[in-house]
Amino acid sequence: MSDSALHTPDTLRSRSEAVAASLPPLLADAQHLAATVLLGVHGRKRAGTGDEFWQYRPAQAGDAYRSIDWRRSGRSDGHFLRQTEWQAAQSVMIGVDDSASMTFTGHRSRPSKLRRAQTLAMAVAILAIRGGERVGLTHMTDPPRGGQAQLMRMAAALMDGHEQSDYGAPRPKALPMGSRAVFFSDFLGDPAPIETVLGRAADRDVKGVVVQVLDPDEEAFPYDGRTVFESMSGAVRFETLKAKSLREEYLARLAERKDRLQQAARRTGWRYHCHHTDGSAEATLLWIYQAIEKVRA
Amino acid sequence: MMGSLAFATPLLLIGLIALPILWWLLRAVPPAPIRRRFPGVALLLGLKDDESETDKTPWWLLALRIAALAAAIIGFAGPVLNPQQDRAGTGPLLVVMDASWASARDWSGRIDRVEALLEEAGRAGRPAAVVQLTDLPAGDLPLQAASAWVARLPAIAPAPFAPDYTAATEWAGGLTGPLETYWIGDGLAREGRRALAGALSDLGPLTVFESGRDVLALGPPGFEGEEIRLPILRLAGPGTGPSAGPATVDVIAHGLDPAGLPRDLARLSVDLDAEPPEAAFDLPAELRNRITRFEISGIRSAGAVMLTDDALQRRQVALIAAQSEDETQALLSPLHYLRQALAPTADLIEGALGDMLLASPDVVVLADIATLSPEEEAQVVDWVERGGLLLRFAGPRLAASDVAREEAGPLMPVRLRAGGRTVGGAMSWGEPRRLREFDDTSPFFGLTIPEDVEVSAQVMAQPDPTLAERTIASLTDGTPLVTRVGLGQGSVILFHVTANAEWSSLPLSGLFVEMLERLAVSTRPAIAEAEDLAGTVWTPEQVLDGFGTLRDAGIRPGVAGEDLAVAPLSPDLLPGLYAGGDRRIARNVITADTVLGPAGWPANIPVEGLDVTEPRDLMAAFLTGAFVLLLLDALAALWLAGRLSGIARGAAVLAAVALAPGLAEAQDAATDDALALLATEEVTLAYVITGDDEIDEMSRAGLQGLSNTLFQRTSVEPAPPLGVDLETDELAFFPMIYWPVTADQPLPSAAAYARLNAYMRGGGMIVFDTRDAHLGGFGSATPEGRRLRALAAALDIPPLEPVPPDHVLTRTFYLLQDFPGRHISRDVWVEAAPPDAEQIEGMPFRNLNDGVTPVLIGGNDWAAAWAQDEFGRPLFPVGRGFAGDRQREIALRFGVNLVMHVLSGNYKSDQVHVPALLDRLGQ
Repeated sequence: MSDSALHTPDTLRSRSEAVAASLPPLLADAQHLAATVLLGVHGRKRAGTGDEFWQYRPAQAGDAYRSIDWRRSGRSDGHFLRQTEWQAAQSVMIGVDDSASMTFTGHRSRPSKLRRAQTLAMAVAILAIRGGERVGLTHMTDPPRGGQAQLMRMAAALMDGHEQSDYGAPRPKALPMGSRAVFFSDFLGDPAPIETVLGRAADRDVKGVVVQVLDPDEEAFPYDGRTVFESMSGAVRFETLKAKSLREEYLARLAERKDRLQQAARRTGWRYHCHHTDGSAEATLLWIYQAIEKVRA
Repeated sequence: MMGSLAFATPLLLIGLIALPILWWLLRAVPPAPIRRRFPGVALLLGLKDDESETDKTPWWLLALRIAALAAAIIGFAGPVLNPQQDRAGTGPLLVVMDASWASARDWSGRIDRVEALLEEAGRAGRPAAVVQLTDLPAGDLPLQAASAWVARLPAIAPAPFAPDYTAATEWAGGLTGPLETYWIGDGLAREGRRALAGALSDLGPLTVFESGRDVLALGPPGFEGEEIRLPILRLAGPGTGPSAGPATVDVIAHGLDPAGLPRDLARLSVDLDAEPPEAAFDLPAELRNRITRFEISGIRSAGAVMLTDDALQRRQVALIAAQSEDETQALLSPLHYLRQALAPTADLIEGALGDMLLASPDVVVLADIATLSPEEEAQVVDWVERGGLLLRFAGPRLAASDVAREEAGPLMPVRLRAGGRTVGGAMSWGEPRRLREFDDTSPFFGLTIPEDVEVSAQVMAQPDPTLAERTIASLTDGTPLVTRVGLGQGSVILFHVTANAEWSSLPLSGLFVEMLERLAVSTRPAIAEAEDLAGTVWTPEQVLDGFGTLRDAGIRPGVAGEDLAVAPLSPDLLPGLYAGGDRRIARNVITADTVLGPAGWPANIPVEGLDVTEPRDLMAAFLTGAFVLLLLDALAALWLAGRLSGIARGAAVLAAVALAPGLAEAQDAATDDALALLATEEVTLAYVITGDDEIDEMSRAGLQGLSNTLFQRTSVEPAPPLGVDLETDELAFFPMIYWPVTADQPLPSAAAYARLNAYMRGGGMIVFDTRDAHLGGFGSATPEGRRLRALAAALDIPPLEPVPPDHVLTRTFYLLQDFPGRHISRDVWVEAAPPDAEQIEGMPFRNLNDGVTPVLIGGNDWAAAWAQDEFGRPLFPVGRGFAGDRQREIALRFGVNLVMHVLSGNYKSDQVHVPALLDRLGQ
């Protein structure tokens, strides 16, 4: 694996910053964050819980007396309530599959799937931090936090050594109620765990995005001749005498896998996206950004 | 010639038996699989191959591998083509070489053969001797170690003459055997060869080696009319068929050019298959006189060189006239016409007769000399008898004298009547006489007689029994005009008319020159006879060596005349050029009676070829073949395994790159003609293809709109506009080219610039449109403006100025002062008027009679304003409301003016002269 195919902690941050620089700060929607309210610094341009003054409104039946702003009410005959701007921060949990299969790249000129996934993950994190949100990694035990320091922690944690197994599945250690989540993986392994995770996340009112990162070679299957295919760790082997003849069936299975992921995502209110490492990271980042934002009412 | 094949280690060939086993082994082992890391393998698990054909090695791959292995086995077995055969033999070895001129052509081959024989003898430890039959050793046989002879071989050279077999037989008789003899023959039949062969056979075994090559020789030149003919003698080699060797050879005539430098004067290709092969040179006398030798080009042999001597040299002609010429006019001089006729081809000498005879001229011309003193006459007679040609002309003196009245005398061919006769003169009856056709015994036979040659006076010959045979030309009435008589080796010729135009118009005609030439040719000296040369001593000037190289004779001793004439060539008498007195005689290897015949050998003597066949080791070739086959096998294995696609792609790209230019050229040629037809059938407006599709489409639509407008309003009816690619298309067909400048346009190539400049110089106009409304002003910094500057840097653009109000563009069709397009900007630049343009009296414009401006530069986006769709509706908005329509209309009018300006040039500008013309007409 060449140097450029994988990140180091030093390059991960700068490369991610470069990708994130081209997008406006991400403002994750915090509509359903009642239970995990953690006040952020960003007004939501509506009345709610916060420090900043938003508006005076005439008191209506049912308003608590203690909420009446007497100083304002004293200047007129009616009663007014002082409302503050709703300030809320979203928690965005990011999961990156760092199993062996993610380190694959079909060509020297392309980054590995892992590197692309890490870049995208950090870019999402940077956008979220700029938007004042809290960010965390699913396999970090720490709760999601904001601030630039969290980015450093995340970058270090993302590079924290790889899982040795061939195929990984997101196993979030912490998934705060109502937060947003983004999962990056190639999802080539057993699809059952991800379905389970999505179901549990839906139970906890966590919504988000499933991003399947694939190498173009995995999409095209440009192989021929007598070939022994091995998984990245070498644990799984498959020998064929004529690789080309398997192409159709392989592609059918890949399409079936994608379809299954899409179904699982749809059932749980998540969204599914397939990213290829020869495509631009910005486009996918934009999609993720919009997908997270879109949930906002 | 197919040689035999042998193996150094034939036992290795047994390995070939193993090939079938290999076949069986290879069939069982399929090609190794590729290992690939592939995460998608999880999806592959459980899939089944529906085909399994690569399980076994394909038959052709098997064949390839077996062929490779077989080649390797055969290669290591050490195959040798033409293996060396050892010659058994013991005792001393004698190598006899003919070493004549006929061996010179392939001398190195003979030496190689001798060297091979000597080395063989050296390996066998046999003493050897090498003897040239042309240079027999004195005393005992010089037997030495063979290696010593090998070292001396380069010093042995062929002799320019034939060996003397009689002497050689005697010499061979003096040798004592046993002695094995190898005879390197030259292949020519000679007397005594069999006797020598017998003598050598008596000493021991005799083997003859002969070359298979042709022997070519050049025969002595002969004259046939004007042509010099040299026969080519050819003896086909024993080992060669008629088709072997060159079918033609070049014969070269060498000589000194006028600057005195030796060079080839003439070269002639001779077909050897002709019967007989002959080189016929038809050369001007001037050139012929310069020839010093002929040779067959490319053949190094003394027999292929033919030296020439006086026989071909320029003749010396002594002119003697009766009177001193001081008082007469040149054209009346008896010698004038002779000089004119002879000067180009002969050396003329004039002076006293006695002095000139000492110079030994070839011809002496006596013009109207009646009598010679007895002493002179004796000298002349002596000279004629030695081969001189005395040419006499009649004249008043001869007619008046009584020379040859009673008896012809030695120096007069016929007896003459007194007084001669005059016909057709002012005081005589009859018509001037013409010449009768020359009969076939005359040396003049074949010459055409011009109509205008007339004889009005002549001296008459006395009727004589010998008159008829002595007459070689006569008049229509039968009277002799030219008579000839032999005297010794020479002859005396009398023209019965004067040498000037007094008596006849013969000297004025070309016939005179031709007659003199015929006579001069016949003065060639005969072949030197032994008795003529007896008692003289001739010194060699240049001699030939066996290779036919002419060398300075140095201090070689002189040769007696009789030997020079008849003695056979020998070391003392080498072929060459010999000088004696003022004559030079060439002795050549080949004489007129040389015949080349094949050497005959007694049947019991083995005759072998000369070729040394090198044993050729084929091991390298077989091993290389095996290696190449293995490489092919590697490629095939890669291909089978599906790993070849990348390599194949690279190869395909390479092939495409290599082929693409050729294809492009072919296409160019086809499209060029089509474009030329399209562009020249009608007036066609053109635009430059910028590469930006949107802009190109707008240019096309704009020019289409302009073409429509021109069609509707003017007599210009253009064809649909064409886009031109500056790199490939010819521009000369288009009166005007619209060039929208885009910011990212690539710069044209140097060739395209050359074409553009040629186009502008040829009267074409390029309309540059930056389409930026000249927002930045002149020298602006809009991207298009900068690009325009870059584009135009290499163009030959004259000084520019903004369109002046009196520019012809303002009035070629419409009267305009603005040139709007989609934008309105005044800044439109054209070629500047000459600084000395003057205001015309009473006219609003200056006297400008220049041609069409080669460029027009603006930024008004005219194409957008002109652009129309196929229904004639404008495509782009211009301005606002009614003012916009007006602006579009003015833009179209500007376009019409522009095309009119391009097509009609300064026609409207010439209108400044209308008042003057009207004024003149009025008067």
